[in-house]
Amino acid sequence: MEILQHLMDGFLIAFEPLNLGLVILGVVVGLFIGAMPGLGSVNGVAILLPMTFLVPPTSAMIFLAAIYYGAMYGGAISSVMLGIPGASTAVATTFDGRPLALRGEADKALVAAALASFFGGTISILLFTGFAPPLASIALDFGDPEIFALMLLAFATFVGLGSDDIPKTIFSICIGLVFSAVGLDIMSGEPRLIFFDIIGFMSGINFLVLAIGIYGIGEMLWTIEKTDGDSMMSKAVVTVDRVLNNLKELGRTWKIAVSSSFLGFFVGILPAAGATPGSLMAYGVAKMTSKTPEDFGKGEVAGVVAPEAANNAASTGSMLPMLTLGIPGSPTTAILLGGMVIWGLVPGPLLFVEQTEFVWGLIASLYAANLFAVLINIVFIPAFLWMLKMPFTILAPLIFVLSLVGGYAPTQKMHDVWLMLLFGAGGYLLRKLDYPLAPAVLAIVLGPIAEPALRQSLLIANGDPMVFINRPIAGPITIIALILILLPLAKAIRNRFRKAG
Amino acid sequence: MRRAEIITAALMALFSIYLMVKSAELPIGWIEDEGPGGGAFSFWLAAVMLLCCVWIAFNWFRRKSPQSVSSEPYMDSTARKKFLLVGGGVTAMIALVHFVGMYGAILVFLIYYIRFLGRHAWSTTMLISVSAPIVTFFFFDVAMRIVLPKGYLEPLFLPLYDIFL
Repeated sequence: MEILQHLMDGFLIAFEPLNLGLVILGVVVGLFIGAMPGLGSVNGVAILLPMTFLVPPTSAMIFLAAIYYGAMYGGAISSVMLGIPGASTAVATTFDGRPLALRGEADKALVAAALASFFGGTISILLFTGFAPPLASIALDFGDPEIFALMLLAFATFVGLGSDDIPKTIFSICIGLVFSAVGLDIMSGEPRLIFFDIIGFMSGINFLVLAIGIYGIGEMLWTIEKTDGDSMMSKAVVTVDRVLNNLKELGRTWKIAVSSSFLGFFVGILPAAGATPGSLMAYGVAKMTSKTPEDFGKGEVAGVVAPEAANNAASTGSMLPMLTLGIPGSPTTAILLGGMVIWGLVPGPLLFVEQTEFVWGLIASLYAANLFAVLINIVFIPAFLWMLKMPFTILAPLIFVLSLVGGYAPTQKMHDVWLMLLFGAGGYLLRKLDYPLAPAVLAIVLGPIAEPALRQSLLIANGDPMVFINRPIAGPITIIALILILLPLAKAIRNRFRKAG
Repeated sequence: MRRAEIITAALMALFSIYLMVKSAELPIGWIEDEGPGGGAFSFWLAAVMLLCCVWIAFNWFRRKSPQSVSSEPYMDSTARKKFLLVGGGVTAMIALVHFVGMYGAILVFLIYYIRFLGRHAWSTTMLISVSAPIVTFFFFDVAMRIVLPKGYLEPLFLPLYDIFL
């Protein structure tokens, strides 16, 4: 009952005129960002975070969460209409969404995607509301060893579950952590890693500088290289009759929507997994359990429903560890977490005790964002199709401009802008060689929490690393993390034995 | 791609060594009653980075990673041209901020990109290039009170300050 009371209070906050307006604005911006190929929620949130200093933290967070949500809906639009995923999270939506569009049934795919997203969003927010408070109250007892063990687990998931090259993944994590250590050592107060004695490094490297560099500049350079010429846009006929007919047909896919939502939510909680693998897995499961798996890939509605329900559920899932444990479940939530620090909030379980208005206002706003996203999405499909025609040669320079002012605004130093350019160019060059960059962004956000936790833990244990294994909660977490790190090694050895056998 | 892979690994290894040396300016060992020294965290992480580079080089040598067996060029001439035109434009924009301020730089960059790279009509170009700095001014300088640099164009803004700030 207490949860319901909190939720009601949250709704009062979410429905304040400013916040409601920001939810709607955020959803529209998110839909647009998600729909534009080459831009995903993480780009939008990184580039627009500095713009939110205008409003109070709760409203800023509500706005950014709405963008995150809207982007999950929007990704499907270009997957269906252009055959290019609007964001990586909508890759699986192209498999059946595109064939449907080519068959002249784009409206069916779009309506299915919107409703599946709504379904996935709703189930996952209900799960979130149920899981978050108890998880936060357990997490309240966590000490430094537990916090560090959780960080280790977050990074271990990238190594064990990520699909990228392992040494490159570990490299990316470490470089992010080292960058987070630049500036004054919080414990001794001494300056460290002041590269070339440039005074600008004394105040450290702001995570936004790295995030905007990578997602605003590096990814743009990458997208510009990959896009050549305009793509073919399908036609969509949207009438009330057709929408109602589509709704009837969607009725039979509810089981897939439910299972995909659960799958997406739980996969979304894991830092390395998130919405992209979640949606691919949901597609796989839907195909496997279908009576007619041969229809998948040829325009089967269930093939649109599964990934779209899953990616929305995953985006809510990734907020669960961010709000309750202070560990982001995705690169986008890593940036949201960094934003909370800028706004003067301390991420972690204490939020549920000390910042109830913030937490429950945000949760309630997710319900609102989900509802508005589906309404705006369906009603304004023609408008989004029109916007998709915006040439990239106009969008790209505007994004560079937003990155420039966004990189300057938080600290108001040109040093940071130059650094952002350096990270952007470096990120682009590394990305071409398949170095994953999301772990570095996660690491620079988590570094300032992980390092003191590690040092304090070692100090109380007199330098004995067993402190991470001996404690009842930290122990199992550390062991799971170690297993995940060793998993790829075990796989390699097994493969070798198989070959030999 | 194969050559780029090993060159990048070598450069990153050098960078890791630099980070280790730089971290070692602070104590990296155990200090009684204080725990690990201030440089320890970054020193050991940089050491792991160095190991990763060795690992990448080892995979390259055994031709195990996709990049080490790829004969595709790392950057073909089109990609290089795009990178230089776009990356160079962004670099020039940031450099210009020091002289003509944020708003002047944005105006020049948008004209360069939309008109000369995008080949859009002058009317489209000017509409966007002029409105973007105006919107930015009202958002940052006026609404958020974050004063963006103006460079040598500062005097032009004095009347605007009088009205809006």
